[in-house]
Amino acid sequence: MADFKQTPSQTVGPYFAYGLTAKQYGYPQTSIAEGVLVGDDTEGERITLIGRVLDGEGKPVSDAMVEIWQADAQGRYTHPADPRGSNSTFVGFGRLGTGTDPQNRFMFQTVKPGAVAEGQAPHITLILFMRGLLTHLYTRVYFSDEAEANASDPVLTAVPADRRGTLIAAREAGANGVEYRIDIHMQGPDETVFFDA
Amino acid sequence: MSSPESSASGYTKRDWGSHPPLIHPDYKSTVLRGPTKPLIPLQPGLTEMTGPVYGHEALAPLDADLTRNGVRNGEPVGERIIITGRVLDELGRGVPNTLIEIWQANASGRYVHAADQHAAALDPNFFGGGRCVTDLDGRYKFYTIKPGAYPWPNHFNAWRPNHIHLSLFGTSFLSRLVTQLYFPGDPLLDLDPIFLGTPEAARDRLVAKFSIDATEEGFALGYAFDIVLRGPLSTPMEG
Repeated sequence: MADFKQTPSQTVGPYFAYGLTAKQYGYPQTSIAEGVLVGDDTEGERITLIGRVLDGEGKPVSDAMVEIWQADAQGRYTHPADPRGSNSTFVGFGRLGTGTDPQNRFMFQTVKPGAVAEGQAPHITLILFMRGLLTHLYTRVYFSDEAEANASDPVLTAVPADRRGTLIAAREAGANGVEYRIDIHMQGPDETVFFDA
Repeated sequence: MSSPESSASGYTKRDWGSHPPLIHPDYKSTVLRGPTKPLIPLQPGLTEMTGPVYGHEALAPLDADLTRNGVRNGEPVGERIIITGRVLDELGRGVPNTLIEIWQANASGRYVHAADQHAAALDPNFFGGGRCVTDLDGRYKFYTIKPGAYPWPNHFNAWRPNHIHLSLFGTSFLSRLVTQLYFPGDPLLDLDPIFLGTPEAARDRLVAKFSIDATEEGFALGYAFDIVLRGPLSTPMEG
């Protein structure tokens, strides 16, 4: 019906923190999600996903909000549309602002997701919101140690070869254990691939 | 009858005739923050057809009443209002049990946020953040204070119209929406590059309507605001 057209997106603006990420920023309201996705009963390899959002001049953005959505270590989503369900309390959703870390990084403590289906590479969906972005952006994070699976992933291989690297997080051994690092470049030669999902 | 354009998986696409562009130079922050390369089409799979589910268990009792959830020693200052409506998909079906998060300035146009240094009074009895989960018909209702206008540095004498920020999930990560609700008759709307960044035909969908039916006798003015999200074209299989 023509009467039910999509409500337009508007920017999250600079003042989302006390509403959407209150706990992280120290405001007196609970938060539905934050940077720690794992609990004691979560199965899988603990990883920390670390990155920054860089503007067109390469400067870190201090007022972005990043959300991630991922399957558990067995590749199952905690959602009614995934009939397999998850066997733990793992939800798979995280949300962080980039304004509390001195380097404006987001740092999600999670597990490395399993492949959702045969032929897919493990991945995390990332949504980006910020002042100066009128409509949110979808991107994906793949993993550098999954080269073989990445080479046949249907979404990744639909991206021009010279831009695929913008979606691959580099695995490193760091202070937090296994770290995956990825910066989101809004513009420039390394402009991150965003999807019209 | 026209149906929303569907992807092969039966999920409606983002309607770029409804949403603002990624770079809109009148809104200066977009110039360095919007991507310059075209978005790459992605055929939605299970990854996109799922998303976080937060229901009534995520709420505290006063979350939907911003006139009370920040009270320390008295009533918040300003005009009490009610914002109510339905969350719908593009076929007009209510979206039940979906979380709405809101945040806004107080009556004098000042946010609680530490970065807001506008020289207007903070209200010790108003926090400005709240949450609600839709009922089985997709209906929601917030009690709050009408937010004030405030200046911002986009251009000389720039003022944001009165607005409330809203964040919704809907049925999957594809239906995610962050938007702003504006008020009818606000003269600042015609001057606001954020509102005007929205395609003209879609702008009135961001403006709430005064509703005497939603108004509560002797207490608060009511505004009606329906929100339409992307959604599946058929009812998803229950797992």
